[in-house]
Amino acid sequence: MRVGIGLPGGVPGVDGSMVIEWARKADDSPFTSLAVVDRYVYDSYEALTSLAAAAAVTTRVKLATTIVIGPLRNTATLAKTAATVDALSGGRLVLGMAVGAREDDYQAANIDYRQRGKIFTQQLAALRGLWESGTIGPRPVRKGGPEILVGGLSDQAYMRAARYADGYVHGGGPPRAFARAADRARAAWRDAGRPGLPQLWGQGYFALGEGAAARGIAYLKDYYAFTGPFADRIAAGLLTTTQSVIQYISGYEEAGCGELVLLPAIAEPSQFDRLAEVCRSL
Amino acid sequence: MKILVLGGGPGGLYSAALLRKNHPDWDITVVERNPHDATYGWGVVFSDRTLSSFREADYPSYRDITNQFVVWDTIEVRYRGETIRCGGNVFAGISRKLLLMLLQNRCREFGVKLKFLTEMREPSELDGYDLVIASDGVNSFVRRTYAEEFKPSVTYGQTRFAWLGTRKVFDAFTFSFRRNEHGLFQAHIYPNDGLASTFIVQCDPQTWRRAGLDHATEAETVAYCEKVFAGDLNGEPLLANKSDWIAFPTVSNKTWRFRNIVLIGDAAHTADFTIGSGTKMAMEDAIALANGFERYGGNIDAALNDFELERRPAIDGIQRAAAESNRYFETTTRYEYFEPMQFVYYLLTRSGRISYDELRRRDSSFVDAMDRWFYARTSGAGHPNKLIVAPSPMLAPLNLRDLTLRNRAVMPAPANYAARDGMPDEAYAAQLDELAQSGASLIVTDILAISPAARITPGCSGLYRPEQAAMWSRLTKQVHDRQAKIAARLGHAGRRGATRARNEGLDLPLIGDGWPLLSASPISFIPGGPVPREMDRADMDQICDQFVRAAQMADEAGFDLLDLHFAHGYLIASFISPLTNRRRDNYGGALENRLRYPLEVLEAVRGVWPERKPLGVAYSATDWARNGLEPEDAIAIARAMKDRGVDLLDVLAGQTVLESRPVFGPYFLTAFSDVIRNEAHIATITGGDITSTDQVNNIVAAGRADLCLMEPPRLNAHYRYIGTDTGAIDGRTGSQG
Ligand SMILES: Cc1cc2nc3c(=O)[nH]c(=O)nc-3n(C[C@H](O)[C@H](O)[C@H](O)COP(=O)(O)OP(=O)(O)OC[C@H]3O[C@@H](n4cnc5c(N)ncnc54)[C@H](O)[C@@H]3O)c2cc1C
Ligand SMILES: Cc1cc2nc3c(=O)[nH]c(=O)nc-3n(C[C@H](O)[C@H](O)[C@H](O)COP(=O)(O)O)c2cc1C
Repeated sequence: MRVGIGLPGGVPGVDGSMVIEWARKADDSPFTSLAVVDRYVYDSYEALTSLAAAAAVTTRVKLATTIVIGPLRNTATLAKTAATVDALSGGRLVLGMAVGAREDDYQAANIDYRQRGKIFTQQLAALRGLWESGTIGPRPVRKGGPEILVGGLSDQAYMRAARYADGYVHGGGPPRAFARAADRARAAWRDAGRPGLPQLWGQGYFALGEGAAARGIAYLKDYYAFTGPFADRIAAGLLTTTQSVIQYISGYEEAGCGELVLLPAIAEPSQFDRLAEVCRSL
Repeated sequence: MKILVLGGGPGGLYSAALLRKNHPDWDITVVERNPHDATYGWGVVFSDRTLSSFREADYPSYRDITNQFVVWDTIEVRYRGETIRCGGNVFAGISRKLLLMLLQNRCREFGVKLKFLTEMREPSELDGYDLVIASDGVNSFVRRTYAEEFKPSVTYGQTRFAWLGTRKVFDAFTFSFRRNEHGLFQAHIYPNDGLASTFIVQCDPQTWRRAGLDHATEAETVAYCEKVFAGDLNGEPLLANKSDWIAFPTVSNKTWRFRNIVLIGDAAHTADFTIGSGTKMAMEDAIALANGFERYGGNIDAALNDFELERRPAIDGIQRAAAESNRYFETTTRYEYFEPMQFVYYLLTRSGRISYDELRRRDSSFVDAMDRWFYARTSGAGHPNKLIVAPSPMLAPLNLRDLTLRNRAVMPAPANYAARDGMPDEAYAAQLDELAQSGASLIVTDILAISPAARITPGCSGLYRPEQAAMWSRLTKQVHDRQAKIAARLGHAGRRGATRARNEGLDLPLIGDGWPLLSASPISFIPGGPVPREMDRADMDQICDQFVRAAQMADEAGFDLLDLHFAHGYLIASFISPLTNRRRDNYGGALENRLRYPLEVLEAVRGVWPERKPLGVAYSATDWARNGLEPEDAIAIARAMKDRGVDLLDVLAGQTVLESRPVFGPYFLTAFSDVIRNEAHIATITGGDITSTDQVNNIVAAGRADLCLMEPPRLNAHYRYIGTDTGAIDGRTGSQG
């Protein structure tokens, strides 16, 4: 299993130069990817723009969205932006997509929340064609365009991943929850007659060091406030010790995860270093 | 804190006691409409697991409860004159009345106020409390009052049941199945205490009406049931206690909390009585609620939130198991043709919570007996009582015509889309060889196209040219050399043809170098995709001939079994599903018409496929889409195919149309196989992410399928993370990169 790290752009108030510096360190670290999450109505950085910046200061690591909320973006714009990041990075983009869970993002983007599933399906059906035909350039580095992952917990999500994507990206939670979702994703994949196995990506949040736990929890409770009761659960899953990070990694590994992305709940350079240290020790 | 507990059942009393125990200063009142000593029902059953959670929550009440318990570890099944017992299932039973007395005492000891003979009828009566615990049972007044907020749903089971009792003391949890002129009756019997047993009688609604029980008085019900179960009662009478016939209501709610009100127990959720978990759920709710307040002190919002988060997954799991158990008892007659051993195995594993391995842990001698029965029956190895050693059901052979498969595990050989002109490449050949060494008895090829135009992708294999047949002769021999058998899966892609290799996705049309498509009706598979031509008579004859020719080639190439692919929206499937067949001729309309062409093909193929070799068909049991095929249609289809010489059905689902609502999950196709096999009485293969031998044993032993398509083991489950080296793994798994 590979381990990636999130960019800190999801944490409010973070300084732009810090995000770039964070990215700059990635090539020379144990991490195999830099990842971003997506949210409109929040003090956070735009996902693909952040990856474009990361592309400029890295040459090795993959650049992944885990995930972007596809329907918020016009499909042509998304195709164009993703192709651009892919070209800028030499084909390192992994485009994870899902329908998202926040109605206010949809309101802000002026998209009908109830249509999200339908829009998403159409978008997935169209993207590859747009890239391949070259109607919307630049031409992606890989022939079929960037790798696509689909996220979500409904049976529709597993089916979309099997039908349109290269794999499945899980939204986070204990390894047991990932394992269940991964089983379904694999079942859908096999049932669709796709060769091989789907790529399986997982994620989790970390905040390491003295006093980090409380600050990380406060951030997650705020970020996930819209989930109501589940914000507490998500916050409770925050990885705050070396031991819990190691257990989480091995739990995901056992469950068959291919790449686990650990997202920072605190935007400080030391967080990168602490996590890198843990992963180097493995 | 001032707390109202509405309803003095086990859920209400236990939560009042636990909360007051932890917070002696809280003002807690239980309001109950009945007198303190009135109660319905007879006994309550707990597993050892549930009891240990009681011990943790409150030792003295646990001790009182267990002091009064009868404990036993056997489930006994009486069916068709045989009695079969399975041990190792630790249960404890207590009468409901005693349980409530003990809990009332515990409440009094802690200073909980108990108000009996007080019924609440007005929402305003819930005002003035910091917290309201609504433990007011299945018809909860609180839930109805705030239905807008809790968003409850109540659905009723098909079967009818009545709670009765008897002074006869049973020594085991006993299921008795008795058939009379009106139909099948089952009794669920368990000891309450040393003096009496609970005796629940259940039957389907038709039987119930035929027996006149729909308008029977209580006395008539008792007299009737005494007659049906005379063989179990040995002259002891049945006793009634408000024993109306009930259709079980399954209650669910979108949420269990609103403001300062929380629903617990039956008010919040019920689960079919046939898994006997109602009281357990109510008392475990009480524990979780108390724990929420332990964790969050007086913070009501946080505590209730914690309660709901804690209990949701547990309740979901129990309700799923209950739904499976309910489904079983609604369709028990389907399994009445089973011999007792298999009947009992199915009954014990019906809810999906106990597997083959788990049952063996509980009672290995029972599972040994099952193994012997299964092996004797399938291998013709003589009487099970004479056998001493028998393999597990997965390792028992299966005979289909003259073909003997040495076990029940089948491996699919998925396409690699690297064939050229329909000839598989060497990598595919190597894969076959590897699978032939997997221990599975049978390998199934990917779909072999019956003509170039029948291919799904240009990289698909085919069986339409002599060179292909020659290549397959070599490959089948290679498989046979490894002691495995091999099935050829033949198909025509129909409207899903001329697409790109599935490495990038499904149903992506070829650009430029596609070919014309055929289907039952001119409907494209994807919006804006190529529209197939509606097949005319000449097309139908030609395709039928191609199936026949491919079957002949398959025989010559040494295939042991033929598997015609009539599923997943491909050509033949497009005739069967009403969603893809809009024909106005003899081949469209009613199922009988839609099935006409598929059966013509089938008969033609059976005509040339050797008598001694079995013929299989893969088809869809449901389209997972509105107005599509449903399992009832699939049963009729199975019967029609069986009549025409089909020996084996591979039961699949979905992929008929793009917009569908599939259900994935561990062995998600097995429920369909179960229905088809046991309604149409034909051998089936099931698949859908079967990964363990435990699952195969369980499915085959229960008669849910005869063969299981297994997934190759998941190599990456053993991968070790070692730094940035993306491809490498450690020595544990060897070479795979
Ligand atoms: C006939 C029958 C027999 C059963 N027998 C068994 C059995 O043998 N074993 C088993 O495990 N399960 C049995 N069950 C199921 C089991 O009783 C419940 O699952 C379990 O008791 C749930 O506990 P509870 O505390 O949530 O609700 P209940 O035990 O139903 O308690 C609810 C209480 O609230 C009171 N109440 C309701 N509304 C009001 C109101 N407005 N004002 C004041 N009081 C009110 C009721 O009188 C009742 O005492 C039986 C159910 C029925 C219907
Ligand atoms: C009507 C009724 C049917 C039951 N059927 C079973 C059964 O088939 N198998 C079983 O293990 N327990 C059965 N039980 C016993 C227990 O109630 C049940 O196992 C327990 O609630 C499950 O709890 P657990 O999840 O702690 O094991 C039954 C109880 C009742 C009242």
